[in-house]
Amino acid sequence: METILTERSPLGMHESMLLTRAYEEKLAALFAAGNFPMTCSSQGQEASAVGVVRALGPDDQILTNHRSAGHLIARGADPGRMIAEVMGKATGYCGGKSGTLHISVKELGVMLTSTIVGGELSLATGVALSKKMLKQPGIVACFFGDGAACEGIFHESLNLASVWNLPILYVCENNQWQAFVHRRETMVADHLSPRAASYGIASTTVDGNDANAVLKSALAAVEQIRQTGQPYLLETYTYRQKGHISFDDQAHVDPSELAHWLTLDPITRMERHLREIAGFTTGELAALRTKAQERIDAALEFARQSPYPDPSALTTDVYA
Amino acid sequence: MPHITVEQAIGQALIEEMQHDPRVLIFGEGVATTQPHLVQQFGAERVRNTPLAEAIIAGTAVGAAATGLRPVIDMLFAPFLAYAMDAIVNSAGKLRYMSGGQFAFPLVVLAKTGAGWGVGAQHTHNLEAWFVHSPGLKVVMPSTAADFKGLLKSAIRDDNPVLFFNDMTLGHHAGEVEEGEAALVPLGKAVVARPGRDVTLVSYAKGMHACWQAAEMLAAQHIEAELIDLRTLKPLDEETVLASVRKTGRLVVVHEAGPLCGVGSEIAALVAEKAFSALKTPIRRVTSPDVPTPSSHALEQAFLPQAPTVVATVRSLLD
Ligand SMILES: Cc1ncc(C[n+]2csc(CCOP(=O)(O)OP(=O)(O)O)c2C)c(N)n1
Ligand SMILES: [Mg+2]
Repeated sequence: METILTERSPLGMHESMLLTRAYEEKLAALFAAGNFPMTCSSQGQEASAVGVVRALGPDDQILTNHRSAGHLIARGADPGRMIAEVMGKATGYCGGKSGTLHISVKELGVMLTSTIVGGELSLATGVALSKKMLKQPGIVACFFGDGAACEGIFHESLNLASVWNLPILYVCENNQWQAFVHRRETMVADHLSPRAASYGIASTTVDGNDANAVLKSALAAVEQIRQTGQPYLLETYTYRQKGHISFDDQAHVDPSELAHWLTLDPITRMERHLREIAGFTTGELAALRTKAQERIDAALEFARQSPYPDPSALTTDVYA
Repeated sequence: MPHITVEQAIGQALIEEMQHDPRVLIFGEGVATTQPHLVQQFGAERVRNTPLAEAIIAGTAVGAAATGLRPVIDMLFAPFLAYAMDAIVNSAGKLRYMSGGQFAFPLVVLAKTGAGWGVGAQHTHNLEAWFVHSPGLKVVMPSTAADFKGLLKSAIRDDNPVLFFNDMTLGHHAGEVEEGEAALVPLGKAVVARPGRDVTLVSYAKGMHACWQAAEMLAAQHIEAELIDLRTLKPLDEETVLASVRKTGRLVVVHEAGPLCGVGSEIAALVAEKAFSALKTPIRRVTSPDVPTPSSHALEQAFLPQAPTVVATVRSLLD
């Protein structure tokens, strides 16, 4: 039984970010040690994930992309079943048929993790159309990258959502990188949000490394969508702290750019906030980090103990 | 039983299924404009025009299917499907499996195909094999008015993504067609369209019409051809094909699509693997050549498999 999380306090968001960070660090360490699958790390983007996901309600649907660990964990996904899926175990959310790159969890309203860049933009309109025509409560949140915003489907999706009045929160996580290509090489502007205006869609850009700011912007956007039934584009300006995929050693990354963004690390910033505004002590903050790491240790143990799928599963679930 | 055309059969199937299930909706470029009676009967919500954007038309159908609707999308001409391949192949066909069975994708993709209109290769391309090759999809390609109606109704009721190819040159072809539930034709079942003992002709869509003609010409020469209409290309009704070949010992596959890695190659492989000992002669295929569909009427007719070629191919096996 899965539980959708909607805890919006700074501490609640912080715990989700710590869990995501511990998850990403653990998977990176396992890969580095050898004999563990590759993943696309969302390290550095935890605030963007939790701030948006926690602005949603239980009836809302999520579609996301290959860098989805933060979205899944913020929504309440069990890291044990996530790691099991990454490892191809039968207890994974998709029985080992997804792997790291395509985890969906129907019970949590996560319809899709797409690794076709832009696949989430392609399906989001239909999910929103179902909500509208079947008179189901809730909206659709669609996460995609700055790279996906260069795909034609970005434009087709926004245009249709606007013309058909579909309740979609488009969330462009502008993390400066598109696999091995810097965003500067693929677009002339720094921001994606202005593109929305040409489709008659409201938009804003928010500091994607400040969870409180992301939550505030996302809550306002979600409220507007619920009121008007119209789409909205929220750009979270953030940074991919790790390489595109596990083996990417970031040799091509400008060290000063990376150093700059590390000073804006979303978890360090939230810790500062908790210390200064909420009076947390350094010891308490350290204990929270340890707690998250212990949960991930337990999650990994669960995944390790889990069986692989029976070979007979090879040909099941192809057709309904 | 009413005698109606293929076009009317398709129209009836849509109306009956939209009446049958309120979750069925149809959208595409100009769908609402060209079918005002559907808008009148079912409302503008369920019958929608779309922007000229095949990728998002298909993607929207996939997302809607996963979450409770049962979309039918009209993609117009089959070559336009190239813009929609990602949603159909990577999403509709794969995401049930990739999600470990969490989602189903009940949707129908309509596309016109078939040479004979002189509109050239960017409007005419028999690309059904692309989809037969893609896991998770079903592919339907009927030849008679009754099958157009019955298979479209079944496709709309099926819980999986179905590609429904409509050979546009068959639009005015007419036949006896049932109404309501009696009209249903199951997916995945071929039919013996004409019994015969000497040779098995396997075909579908317009190819069937060339085979009918060929069978009559052969009958005049005292050669009895058995005609198998596949109707559904995926899932393929292997048993009906194999049973016929085991009886006749000879196989000619006829289709309008090109020969390379086509449905005919698959049928040939199937028979070679499972009924080789029944074969008295080599398997033969009659297809279009591996060229884009030409526009000129003269070239287009040369492109299409014609009855005399089918007859000559059968004769070459018997003589
Ligand atoms: C259609 C498609 N093209 C290329 C790729 C290879 N690829 C995977 S992720 C990625 C970069 C995507 O960049 P962006 O959308 O900014 O997301 P990010 O990885 O930065 O989160 C690329 C090119 C792919 N998976 N799908
Ligand atoms: Mg990016």
